[in-house]
Amino acid sequence: MFGFSVRIERCQPASTTLSIVIILSAMTIGLFSAAALFVFKGFSPLTIVSKILTGAFGSRFAWMETIAKAVPLGLVGIGLAVAFRGKFWNIGAEGQILLGAVAASGIALFAAPHLPDKAVLPMMLTAGFAAGAIWGVIPALLRTRFGVNEVVSTLMMNYVAAELVQYLVYGPWKGASQMGFPYSDEFVSSAVLPTFYGTRVAWPMLVIVIVAAFVTWFLITCTRWGFETRVIGENPEAARYAGISHARVTIILMIISGGLAGLAGVGEVSCIHQHLTTSAAISSGYGNTGIIVAMLGRLHPIGVLPAAIFLGGLLVGGDVLQTSFGMPFASVNLFTAVILLLLITGDVFLDHRFRIRRDCPASSTAVIAPSDSTCGGKMRN
Amino acid sequence: MDTAFVIATIGRAFTAGTPLLLATLGEIIAERAGVMNLGIEGMMALGAVAGFGVSLESGSPWLGMLAAALAGISLSAIHAFVTIGMRAGQIVSGIALTMFGLGLSALIGKGYIGRPLQTPLHSITIPGLADLPFIGDILFRRDPIFYFAIIIAALIWIILYKTRWGIAIRSVGENPLAAETMGVDVAWVRVWCVLFGGALSGIAGGYLSIVYNPSWIEGMTAGRGWIVIALVIFSFWNPLRAVVAAFLFGGIDVMQFSLQSLGISPNLLRMFPYVATIVALLITSSSITRRHISAPEALGEPYQPR
Repeated sequence: MFGFSVRIERCQPASTTLSIVIILSAMTIGLFSAAALFVFKGFSPLTIVSKILTGAFGSRFAWMETIAKAVPLGLVGIGLAVAFRGKFWNIGAEGQILLGAVAASGIALFAAPHLPDKAVLPMMLTAGFAAGAIWGVIPALLRTRFGVNEVVSTLMMNYVAAELVQYLVYGPWKGASQMGFPYSDEFVSSAVLPTFYGTRVAWPMLVIVIVAAFVTWFLITCTRWGFETRVIGENPEAARYAGISHARVTIILMIISGGLAGLAGVGEVSCIHQHLTTSAAISSGYGNTGIIVAMLGRLHPIGVLPAAIFLGGLLVGGDVLQTSFGMPFASVNLFTAVILLLLITGDVFLDHRFRIRRDCPASSTAVIAPSDSTCGGKMRN
Repeated sequence: MDTAFVIATIGRAFTAGTPLLLATLGEIIAERAGVMNLGIEGMMALGAVAGFGVSLESGSPWLGMLAAALAGISLSAIHAFVTIGMRAGQIVSGIALTMFGLGLSALIGKGYIGRPLQTPLHSITIPGLADLPFIGDILFRRDPIFYFAIIIAALIWIILYKTRWGIAIRSVGENPLAAETMGVDVAWVRVWCVLFGGALSGIAGGYLSIVYNPSWIEGMTAGRGWIVIALVIFSFWNPLRAVVAAFLFGGIDVMQFSLQSLGISPNLLRMFPYVATIVALLITSSSITRRHISAPEALGEPYQPR
């Protein structure tokens, strides 16, 4: 049909330089090609991109807003990087964030008055981590004990968590002082995280994110569990022959993954909202955006940090598009989606090479030749 | 409860279940061929806005449905290219697709918010049968897409289990290497199945904005795309069971409003489909049932030809 066919073949993994080139090109091309879609609304792509970038990084205030969003994204991204390293497809960060938020709110609303002030925030953080971890370990157990596919179970648990939050804020936890809004009562001041003056960045959360990145990096590279996680991720068969307990490794990685997402939820309710609010308001898609953060950070806990700042900036830029151009906030998804698609497409070049070969005259054509028979055409019986 | 109320409720359950059924059938075909597409929510959203827009501008709901199908096909083509052509991960690609569809539909649909659709699809009265007591009103005075969905379900069942195509599709999903040895072009079978799934998801979205609620609201798919992922498992990848499952879930969708008046929290009720799916997964994954109703063996695996 075309006279030639393209074969994709596996080859030796390419250099780190190529890997970084792919990331940067996915980010740049992604930004501009998504912005190009705004032409239909009468905006030049250049205007859109520059508006997003100045909105996200153009001033001290912009930077602070970006960091405020980068903090939860970083926590979620680090956790997902760990999970994906061990080939556990945790799509449930959203639910784990929400559970963390619920647990922290529970402490703030009902236990805080009976606790010494200094104990409230540590309690909230611990409870949030634990709740996120539990929500993460359930699918890990389902997978390792019963073989339940984690993609679907974590996905479903997101919705269970979201409905739980909605139930609480419209039902038993609805605040008497909130004039009918679906919020819990405001947290007492001992349950509110301290921020940098005049910003929405809670400094304890910033510390936690950075510490978490280094601690997970250490765990992944320097401990037996980290080694086992990497083996499972790269070659599950080999891991089985080596006697590595898939269950143990997966459960630990989901404690970390879910727990960190839970911490992100604590930060959202305790600093940004200071009450429990609707599920969509607590986490505006941080679970899914976290997947991109983890992928852009190459599943490396430290690499996740700059990726989180970039994606945080993109979300802030989305707010700017909304306020200055009246575009719907959801349109920011275009940018994240295109970047992610370009990234995973570009990654094929890392360990594959493309070969173009001419077809033999008699054979029919396939875009990807299915076999290595004589001339790359279809094989027939 | 009088008969009219029961008829109305069951009828609404069918209407709510129709888009779920269409998208579920599409995903069943794609997953049977070994490709999981988590982009249904995005394809439905884009289908909904394309369907609404074209119906509104052209005055023809049928053209709208066509546009919806094309919207679904074009999004699924991205998924096919990325996962089959470039062999990238299906899960991440699907999620990106959902975000893309939600974002693009919000952008395109901005001008359509609050505009009513003057030309809805009229229901079809099947002569003779429509006059039957009780079931006549429930089953035989419905919109054309409802019948389309039922027919498609039957067709897919026949294709999957009674034709050579079906054998090809199923073998590609179970054991692509063996399929290839038998002379099946694995990549192309997968591409066609993904595109077909995209078309049905797009139509499902179009149904939402043209029939179910003739208007465009940002985010009107409201998580239905994820319910569909659940329904595929719930129906054990079988198109006929999908019919039952989709209308059952449609019923739950409708019931939450009725039960709300009885003081039962709609949020707790809405958890049910998700919890039920996890339970269904638990059953399908256990070793006893595995041989008969488990997921396609090669589901989610990119195929690397030797």
